[in-house]
Amino acid sequence: MADHTEVDSVSGTATTGHAWDGIKELNTPLPRWWVITFYITIIWAIGYWIVYPAWPTISSNTKGLFGYSSRADVAVELANLEKIRGAKMAALATASLADIEKDPQMLALARAKGKTVFGDNCAACHGTGAAGAKGFPNLNDDDWLWGGSLEQIQQTLLYGVRSGHPKTREGQMLAFGKDGVLKPAEIVTVANYVRELAGLPTRQGYDAKAGAKIFAENCVACHGDNAKGNPEVGAPNLTDKIWLYGSDEATLIETITNGRAGVMPAWEGRLDPTTIKAMAVYVHSLGGGK
Amino acid sequence: MSASSPTKSMTIGESGLSLTFAVTAFLCVFAAAKALDTAFAFHASLAAAASAASVFFILNRYFERGELPPQEINGRPNYNLGPIKFSSFMAMFWGIAGFAVGLIIASQLAWPALNFDLPWTSFGRLRPLHTSAVIFAFGGNVLLATSFYVVQRTCRVRLAGDLAPWFVVIGYNFFILIAGTGYLLGVTEGKEYAEPEWYSDLWLTIVWVVYLLVFLVTVIKRKEPHIFVANWFYLAFIVTIAVLHLGNNPALPVSFFGSKSYIAWGGVQDAMFQWWYGHNAVGFFLTAGFLAIMYYFIPKRAERPVYSYRLSIIHFWALIFLYIWAGPHHLHYTALPDWTQTLGMTFSIMLWMPSWGGMINGLMTLSGAWDKLRTDPVLRMLVVSVAFYGMSTFEGPMMSIKVVNSLSHYTDWTIGHVHSGALGWVGFVSFGALYCLVPWIWNRKGLYSLKLVNWHFWTATLGIVLYISAMWVSGILQGLMWRSYTALGFLEYSFIETVEAMHPFYIIRAAGGALFLIGSLIMAYNLWMTVRVGEEEVQSPVALQPAE
Repeated sequence: MADHTEVDSVSGTATTGHAWDGIKELNTPLPRWWVITFYITIIWAIGYWIVYPAWPTISSNTKGLFGYSSRADVAVELANLEKIRGAKMAALATASLADIEKDPQMLALARAKGKTVFGDNCAACHGTGAAGAKGFPNLNDDDWLWGGSLEQIQQTLLYGVRSGHPKTREGQMLAFGKDGVLKPAEIVTVANYVRELAGLPTRQGYDAKAGAKIFAENCVACHGDNAKGNPEVGAPNLTDKIWLYGSDEATLIETITNGRAGVMPAWEGRLDPTTIKAMAVYVHSLGGGK
Repeated sequence: MSASSPTKSMTIGESGLSLTFAVTAFLCVFAAAKALDTAFAFHASLAAAASAASVFFILNRYFERGELPPQEINGRPNYNLGPIKFSSFMAMFWGIAGFAVGLIIASQLAWPALNFDLPWTSFGRLRPLHTSAVIFAFGGNVLLATSFYVVQRTCRVRLAGDLAPWFVVIGYNFFILIAGTGYLLGVTEGKEYAEPEWYSDLWLTIVWVVYLLVFLVTVIKRKEPHIFVANWFYLAFIVTIAVLHLGNNPALPVSFFGSKSYIAWGGVQDAMFQWWYGHNAVGFFLTAGFLAIMYYFIPKRAERPVYSYRLSIIHFWALIFLYIWAGPHHLHYTALPDWTQTLGMTFSIMLWMPSWGGMINGLMTLSGAWDKLRTDPVLRMLVVSVAFYGMSTFEGPMMSIKVVNSLSHYTDWTIGHVHSGALGWVGFVSFGALYCLVPWIWNRKGLYSLKLVNWHFWTATLGIVLYISAMWVSGILQGLMWRSYTALGFLEYSFIETVEAMHPFYIIRAAGGALFLIGSLIMAYNLWMTVRVGEEEVQSPVALQPAE
């Protein structure tokens, strides 16, 4: 092949002598730092192969100098965890709720565990801070639909509310409007009566006496004579200014007309009993436990 | 119908292809009638219509044409530009579509209501639509267009085949259509970046083999004594993608009249094949192919020789030898055996310098022409793409180190890494190449507006910077939150808390994506105006002297 090489005037380097569609190539040597760095990475790789499991053999693989295995690493980490949590973690499984409350170490463990589980299972509805949302109760206050003792919370967690579980907590806010029990005008009246009970302003010209009458005939069975609610059937206290769906007149009319039947899933079977116990302790500790 | 010369007869390609398509059309109608699911029926009907249309166009073209186009006119190669124009147009079209879907899914992550509670617009279906549209539809068409252009120019011969190049570009885009509509209808193999079902895979295999043949035969009949470096990279890309596609996709259909199939590999072997494929789709589709673009378009635009022939040959062989081993670094700390993880990681580290060989050759080709960066925004785009390439190919090996990976894996950091490569490297080198290519193939003196290129450059650069820095911060934050433990060995944060922490960065990311999309719309307008109102270049009548 004839030598067509020429020297590039800018770099002073010779070209390879070919041109493709006007593109030439310089015959610049490999940059030294590039070659050296490339060699270093290769040497490092070979060193790594010696130290760690690396190459397959016919029936196994090279094990490396120290017999490293990521499974062994996991075992060590689990053992460390065991050490940190100690024997109290195992005791949690058999301890009663009352026992846990009495033992500060076990209580701390149960709360820590409960918090983790709460974040993954409950936060989607109740919020990461357990402050709730419309239709999903705030768990930080001392207002409990189904009772706020440790045992009551545990029962709600285990079986849920209107969850379909055979032992579920049942109870319903009836659809007084939809079912034709009350006329629209009566619903407006009783809604205002409920607002009055809670100390909220009422619509002008509303008939308080009629409201009291409708309330006594339809609502006291669940909400009680003094409207303080009844945790046996999940009927909320209407006088404490804590509202699950809202206290404005329109929302109350909506509630009375169509009823309410929010669902809390049953966790029995999905989470083990110890975890549910820990969660009950955690929720109880949020601020409003009774 | 024009008068056909009496000696004219059908080529084997014309008669064979029209016959094959006629039979295919019939078979597809049959398959559509027997289909077990509506998606399959829809795809079979599309294929039947496309086959029938192909028969019509092939026959029509035959009756309209005179003799076949000559290989040379006045001693100059008669370059075949039609398929290149088609692919360039499709690249721009799919690019905008893919970027737009990317913006939608980025916004869905920030505001989930944008899923609209419809199956077709849910994140799970739109995400593969986005990745396939940008990688395979946009990137693939850029590779088809540039490879067909570069191989002709640097071999000084007309592209091999008469109908074959058209079969490749149209067939490939038909594959994209089937794959994309399939995703929306819920048809998927569930393998990342290899989602299309068995029938789309079979069709792609046929198209790809024809692509390989067209490219290879053109190289073989070249008028230059040596094969230009860009063509090595194109060939490596075409051959390896064929191997990867076949290795990762062997599947058994539940029925030949239904869309569902099951993959032949199982368990950790399937995972291994998947990431051997996945990583080398990055290595050979998004790296080798686009390095080929770099090796032609940067010297051409800068009007400077390639910096180092020796470096090109060493880094080429090192790159293709080492890349193929690196896949297991996607499966650190999984059921994959430790030794496999070690190999994946160490080969990724060794890959660092071979990757940077390409960056050095790209950047140093500018020596003696750095001043052009001030005046030529197209060259600036090409050079910045190489800088992004250098950055991502440092970041990649670093993330493959197991301790780094234990923090970065499954976090947004990976998404940021991918996008610095995809938007910065692949996106910019493609934009730069298309800005060069469109005036050349439509025979225009230059682009409609360099000022608009400048606007595109800065809008898109700002978009990329917002995107990747948001993902770095959110990825590292996410990784740190995931691994943070309380003193009692419980997780400090729940998953939902990490999602809440991510929200602001998701908004920044979506804003970055919006800027990138706006940039591409400016580009589309610029290219459209170049073709429509650009001043025509007068070809010099003198034949080029063979350079030898």
